Amino acid sequence: MGNKQTVFTAQQLDAYQDSNPQPMAVPWSRLFHRYRDLAPQLVPLDYTSKPDVKLPYELIGSMPELKDNPFRQRIAEVFSEDGEGNMTLDDFLDMFSVLSEMAPRDLKAYYAFKIYDFNNDDYICKADLEKTLNKLTRSELTAEEVRMVCEKVMDEADLDNDGRLSLEDFQHMIIRAPDFLRCSMHHIHLTSGTSYHCKRLCAASPGQMWAS
Amino acid sequence: LFHIGVDYRNLEEEGPEVDIGSKVKEEKPKKGQARRSKAKEKKKVLREQCEEECRQDEEAPKCSKNHRNEKAKTEERGDFKRKTKDSCDEERNHISSERGGTEERAHAEKNMKAKKTKRKKEKLVFSCLSSSSESEELSADEEESQEEKDVLTQEELEKLKEAVEEKKKLIANLRGKPWPMSKKLVTLRESQEFVEKYEGALGKGKGRKLYAYKVMMMKKWMKFQRDFENFRTACIPWEMKIKEIESHFGSSVASYFIFLRWMYGMNMILFGLTFGLVMVPEALMGRPYGSMPRKTVPRSEQAGAMDFAVLWDFGGYAQYSVLFYGYYNNQRAIGWLKFRMPLSYFLVGVGTVAYSYMVVIRTMARNANRDGGGDDTSFNFSWKMFTSWDYLIGNPETADNKFASITTSFKESIVEEQESHKDENIHLTRFLRVLANFLVLCCLAGSGYLIYFVVRRSQKFALEGLENYGWWERNEVNMVMSLLGMFCPMLFDVISSLENYHPRIALQWQLGRIFALFLGNLYTFIIALMDEINLKRREEEVVKYNMTVWQASLYNGTVDDNSTTSTIPVDPADVPRGPCWETMVGQEFVRLIVSDTMTTYITLLIGDFLRAVFVRFFNYCWCWDLEYGFPSYSEFDVSGNVLGLIFNQGMIWMGAFYAPCLPALNVLRLHVSMYLQCWAVMCCNVPQERVFKASGSNNFYMAMLLVILFLSTLPAIYTIVSIPPSFDCGPFSGKKRMYDVIQETLENDFPLWFGKVFSYASNPGLVLPFILVMILAIYYLQSTSKTYKAANMDLKKKLQTVSLPITI
Repeated sequence: MGNKQTVFTAQQLDAYQDSNPQPMAVPWSRLFHRYRDLAPQLVPLDYTSKPDVKLPYELIGSMPELKDNPFRQRIAEVFSEDGEGNMTLDDFLDMFSVLSEMAPRDLKAYYAFKIYDFNNDDYICKADLEKTLNKLTRSELTAEEVRMVCEKVMDEADLDNDGRLSLEDFQHMIIRAPDFLRCSMHHIHLTSGTSYHCKRLCAASPGQMWAS
Repeated sequence: LFHIGVDYRNLEEEGPEVDIGSKVKEEKPKKGQARRSKAKEKKKVLREQCEEECRQDEEAPKCSKNHRNEKAKTEERGDFKRKTKDSCDEERNHISSERGGTEERAHAEKNMKAKKTKRKKEKLVFSCLSSSSESEELSADEEESQEEKDVLTQEELEKLKEAVEEKKKLIANLRGKPWPMSKKLVTLRESQEFVEKYEGALGKGKGRKLYAYKVMMMKKWMKFQRDFENFRTACIPWEMKIKEIESHFGSSVASYFIFLRWMYGMNMILFGLTFGLVMVPEALMGRPYGSMPRKTVPRSEQAGAMDFAVLWDFGGYAQYSVLFYGYYNNQRAIGWLKFRMPLSYFLVGVGTVAYSYMVVIRTMARNANRDGGGDDTSFNFSWKMFTSWDYLIGNPETADNKFASITTSFKESIVEEQESHKDENIHLTRFLRVLANFLVLCCLAGSGYLIYFVVRRSQKFALEGLENYGWWERNEVNMVMSLLGMFCPMLFDVISSLENYHPRIALQWQLGRIFALFLGNLYTFIIALMDEINLKRREEEVVKYNMTVWQASLYNGTVDDNSTTSTIPVDPADVPRGPCWETMVGQEFVRLIVSDTMTTYITLLIGDFLRAVFVRFFNYCWCWDLEYGFPSYSEFDVSGNVLGLIFNQGMIWMGAFYAPCLPALNVLRLHVSMYLQCWAVMCCNVPQERVFKASGSNNFYMAMLLVILFLSTLPAIYTIVSIPPSFDCGPFSGKKRMYDVIQETLENDFPLWFGKVFSYASNPGLVLPFILVMILAIYYLQSTSKTYKAANMDLKKKLQTVSLPITI
């Protein structure tokens, strides 16, 4: 890093590190370079003046870590400032920090709720559940099966019986999940360009999403 | 606290310049009146304490000059400091908990003090280096000014302390706050500046370094843990294949492969035992081929000993090798290691059985634990929906697999759900089930009688000489067994549709019934074997007699001396040989395994692969739709394959004592099976229509395995205990019974008292009470485990009801 021009002031770097759950697990400069590699002509190398640069959703969604994820659009929308999926560097860093394995569980539960809430009304209603299920199974279940599953989920998780899941219901349910407490999107191999995570681990460990 | 005290002093110095006091005065009325009155009394007490402490703090600055007398004082002060610090902390926490929304206020305060930061920092540094005299001066100053601005500065001190603590808490919790990054950065910057002002450069610097170091270690540790987990997962053989199969075919098909892998592991251990402790020592340290009659192919067979047909039948050179019992010499100790070959052979035989028992029971126990333990199904569907996607996946193929497995998993759960909602007409169902069981029993009884009848006939044929009969009579038993094995399972399948069970339960019933059928198979095999053994033993008598005649004929030409019989060198190949029934038994088992394997593979290739090819390519030019109509693609037959595996293992256990090569053969067979079947499943089979969740633990398979283990060790034990070994082959030749080797070892290799102890221990008067005590212990343990389980359930229920009202 020595001979590259300064991307951030030391203060900026420190500030990023402190506001982030994974202070040194992922060097910020590497994440910045991943961000920049998505659109080198748009993102300046010098961030000391805090330029206002946003990358469109299409570029974010084409990252190898997100490309195969059925929820990539929602993830981008939740973490972007404008709610459309266009992310500034801050949003980008935010996203990776929350999805890392050192983020606290409650934080992840909060963001998970936001991701699954497709219509942004702060409640997960039946329509949201149906959309989630169809994205998960690539619409391979019949309508009858989808309806049945959504009803079961509502039965199980809706504590206040209002027909939709609030944040409290969701958190109450998700915190008990055994699979909530394992790997996550940490292996953002931050070598520029390549990268995805090794096939074996993810296939060998089914049902893992957010870490604790 | 020391730093606050120092700052306090600084503030005092600049007293006249500071407009903080006024600011504080202004802001005071903003505080809640009630709060103030509450806190006032406490503050008075605390104020006194803090004043004391601050005065003492000034007298003991950090600089080195003043440390002479200070050490004693500092110790006292240290205690006092701690006490006051605690009380100060309590006070502060109390106050801050009473407050709400002090953030803004602290923010405002901080903004105003912003200009003072640098100046104060410098003062701090200088003050540290100042002498005690200076500090005394200052303290004197301070005391004066202190009285003047007593209330004000104390309040301010409190507020400062509170504010700093809040800021610190905020910084620590910033990570967990669900704010957007920009807000976090702004808040962080402000809070950090504020804290920096009042904590002093030194202290904060140290804290930061330590914290950074701690975090780096934590990150390294997590990376190490992750890499280790990766490595461990990567080490499990065939894990990827099985996961792929699971994602496409569901957990019941995958359970077969997991069972296969487990068997492979167990057979590896058995192979290690037999190979390392029996075959290798004899091959390396025993007498070589051709040195003894038992180790040489007899002259009459030597012509065809190398033919492939003979070798495939395990005759010829294969028979006279370490692969079979007959090759082993009965020499007590061989080689320079004085390796006790017969003892080793016996103990390995016993050891394989003991190890198998242990491993099967341990696996069953572990599975039972896992089942009984974490069976929280209260949020089944919710968890499936929200936590099943793996955010680590960055590979399209894996993503495909994941989608498939998620879909399959949902379908399985849906089936479970539907099954539990089926409304049943209890009486009709029960009647049908009883009827079905009755039919099945009839079927089994019929086939049992048929087998018995056919075996009797074959025994009759054997007595009269097999050459007189045609092909059917010679192979009657095998044919009948094969036909039964083909048609009865289909019949059971049809009957089971009457019963209307959950698919998993239906599979278990099917397995149980086919198991009973195959027991008949086992029975015939053992009967046939016993007949042959008896035959060979009678032959042995004849041979023994013949040998004496032959030996006499050898000495025909020479004078019969009493003292020294000059042994005429005879080629070992020419010596007449006794029939070796043990080798014969071993050979039978090996042939059975080989033919079984061949049958399985050929059925697989023809039944599955060719069928799939036919359906796929002839579909274009056929009258009806082949894929949905008659042949269509085959489904993977879980029950048939599982039973095949289990019975195969039973054969291994039965025959391992007489053919040490069997575990090696089995390892090879399982290895090939794994690859072949994995390929065949993915290539030629389609998933079942109703994918159901296997009872994840495979305990049912284990139970059947245990039964087979028991049944298969019985004949082996019987032959060991009751039949005398052959007189001229094997490691026990010359003994009356095979277990005599133990006695011999005790007498010769162990000290005398050991033998005595052993003989006492094997006294029935001791053994029977011991067995009684063990039975009682089992009963006791079982009843305690029942009570523990009940207590467990109780606690679980309590947890569930308690956790509900807690809102997060």
